[in-house]
Order: sequence, then structure tokens, then C-alpha cells
Amino acid sequence: MIWVGAGLLLLVAVSGLAVVCTRDVTSQILALGFYGVLMALVFFVFQAPDVALSQITVGALALPLMVMLAISRMKYRSAAKRGSEERDA
Amino acid sequence: MPGVLHLLPYFVAAWLFFCGLYGLVTSKHLVHSVMCLAILQSSTYILLLGIGYRIGGAAPIFADIAPGKLTVDPIVQALMLTDVVVEAVVIALLLAMVVKAHERSGTVSPDELRTLRG
Amino acid sequence: MRDTTRKRVFLFFGSVFFLLFCYATVNLPPWGSYRGPYGDVISRVGVYERHATDVVNAINYDYRAFDTLGEEFILFSAVLGVMMLLRHEEGEDTREVGKVEDRMHLSMTVRALAMPAILLTVVFGFDIGLHGQLTPGGGFQGGVILASALFLLYVCENTESFRRITSHSLVESIEAVGAGSYALIGLSPLIAGLPFLTNILPLGTTGDVFSSGTIALISACVGLEVTAAFLLVGYTYLEEIITGQVPEE
Repeated sequence: MIWVGAGLLLLVAVSGLAVVCTRDVTSQILALGFYGVLMALVFFVFQAPDVALSQITVGALALPLMVMLAISRMKYRSAAKRGSEERDA
Repeated sequence: MPGVLHLLPYFVAAWLFFCGLYGLVTSKHLVHSVMCLAILQSSTYILLLGIGYRIGGAAPIFADIAPGKLTVDPIVQALMLTDVVVEAVVIALLLAMVVKAHERSGTVSPDELRTLRG
Repeated sequence: MRDTTRKRVFLFFGSVFFLLFCYATVNLPPWGSYRGPYGDVISRVGVYERHATDVVNAINYDYRAFDTLGEEFILFSAVLGVMMLLRHEEGEDTREVGKVEDRMHLSMTVRALAMPAILLTVVFGFDIGLHGQLTPGGGFQGGVILASALFLLYVCENTESFRRITSHSLVESIEAVGAGSYALIGLSPLIAGLPFLTNILPLGTTGDVFSSGTIALISACVGLEVTAAFLLVGYTYLEEIITGQVPEE
């Protein structure tokens, strides 16, 4: 069991680096979601089920959702501004 | 347990902290830097998890085991629960500020935001 | 400072910090040899003292309930901050931009399965939220699951129903009621001369849903607040896209 835990920790380290090195924001959301599920698995293997449930709901559900909502709102605003500039021009 | 595993969670926590900081420093998009902050905050979970673990310990839920059995540390898990909630909340507020900055200045890159003056 | 200079400076000082951190942890107890007495004490007495089988939840909502009160107020004030930053003010001129219509983009399977999925998620959320003192779960996790059930409405293109539910002023009141009743439950032992946040309700039998006194009640209040908080944050981000009104510059 300790080797499974050690392997998962190394996978978390690699996955953290992968999230940081993804420069495109839309792909980084997916990487962050994967990282969240992996962390929840680590918590589960280390006998922390309550925290694992919290991490799944927050790190794989609420966090990517909020980032996606923020990005879509920014895109909507810039599209609206571009539309109004084309109308005024 | 072999000696190489004695300090693994602490090293992984340090590595995640370093990765998150690297992402923050070299970021070109504010939302990217917010997500690197999430990685930074999650390094503390690994640290706390490493402190509280006991080999052969059970989960601290006594619905199906007797209350005398050896478990892992439940207090550290309570700390981690609060930590997870605070991470979500901080990122929500930071994203609101990023959206507002984008509204005011039209750009979402930290370098350009620095040189714009009102 | 140019990009490459910044990166090089950071890599140098960051590696120094990383090595110092690793050196500082060399003398910590090895991983897996937890010796501390406090955790074992709580594991042994938690079930008998509070009649709750989930000791982590008992710690969160009873032994260290004060910290959880602070965490709930962090959530409350952050939602307040998000709404202050992003909500449209009253009386602001807005102009109509093309809004998101309920186009028939999704397949019929998805639209047909949306309602059963939402019902299952709501039931699941209530189950996890109410059983916090017995099994892993509790108010916070159940609250987030309930909020996500309502986001399924938006994802499955029932935008009008989503807007009608989440823009209702009742959602703000529910959040305030959740946060306020946690504080009130904490204040009520003061009348009897006991410390703040003492567990004064009858503890019941271990293993029952209605056991462990105020733990279940506080868990329910936290669940209410968290559901309303996530719905408010989600709607604040989506308000312009759903209603199609952008403020006039």
C-alpha cells in the first residue's frame, strides 16, 4: 500500500508540473480537473475519505466550472465590444 | 519501510510549491496565474497528509470498525477540509477581479496591465 | 525586467528555496510514523462523547466549530465581494446584445436525460449532506453537489429555468439564513451560561441520522449557505450571457 501511495505522489508531482506548463487557458482547465481527481485519489488511498469527497466536489467540480464561467464572460464582453465598434465605425 | 520513502511527501509538497511559484512568475495570462495559485495551495494538502499518516492505520470513520482501533490523524484532516474550502473561495474572488480588470483595460496579460496608467 | 532575466533569477532563487526546504524537512519524523497523542485521544473518545461515528466531522462542527464558523464567514464575504465587483448596478443603461437562446444544439438523448440526472443529483446531494455525522460527507459537500445539480439545468440548455431559479432574491436570503443560524446556534448556549458553540441538543443514539446534537444542525445550515453561495457566484458570472444586457460605456 505504501508503494501505491508513493507512486501516486510522484504522479501528482508530474501532473502539477503539467498543469503549470499548459499555457493555453482552456486546456489548462482540463488539466486542473484531472489534477483535482488525482488528488482526491491520493486522499482516498491515504485513508482520508471526507477530504477526498471535498476535493472531488471542489477541485473537479466547482473550480473548473468557475474558471470556465469567468473565461466565457470575458469572451462575451470582448465580442460585445467588438460588435459595437463595428457598428459605430 | 525503505529510507528513500521517509521524506517523500515533504519533497513532493516542496516541488508543487516550486511549480506553482514558477507558473505565477512566468505567466502571460491572468487566469493561468490564478490556476497556478491553485497548485500552490494544494502543496499544503500533501504536507498535512504526510504529517498525519500512520502505516496500517484505518480511516477515522467508526461506522464499521470498533472505536479503539488505530487510525490516521483526524485533526489534520479537519484542517485540510477547511483548506479546500478556502482555496475554492479565494479563487472565486480572484477570478472576479480578473474579469473586472479585463473589463476596464481590455487586456488580460499581466505585463500590459502593468504599463497601463489610468 | 525582461522575461528571460526574470525566469533565470527565479530559477536560481527558487532552487535555493527548494533545497533549503528539503534540508529543513530532513529531521522530521519519517512518513507513516505518526506518534502524536492528540489524534489518538480524539479517535478513542469522539464516538462516546458526541455519538458521532465520523470523527472528522465531529472535529469540524463540534470540537473545532469556531474555525468552521470563520470558514463560513470567509465564504460569505467572498461571495459578497464577487457580487459587488460583477453585478450590474440599478439604473445603469444597458444595451441589448445577442443573448444565448435555447437552440436545439444538443441531441435529444441529452435533453431527455437531463431531468433524471438532476433529480438523482439532488437526492444524492441531500443524502450526503444529511449523513455527515455518520459517514464521510456533511453540509459542505452536500451543498456543492446540490448547487451543481442546478448548473446541470444551464448545461442542458434550460437557460430560462436556470435564470428564474438562481436570480430569485430568495437565494440571497437562504445564504444569509445559513450563515446567520450557524452563529445563532453558537450563541444560544450563552443563555444557559455555557461556552459559545457548546453541544446542547440531546445526543441521541450513535448511528441514527438524528444524533450528535448540534453537529447535524450546523451541518444543515452550512449546506444551505454553500448551495446558495455557489449558485450566486455562478449566476453573477453568467448574468450578462443569459440576459443579454451589457452596460453602456
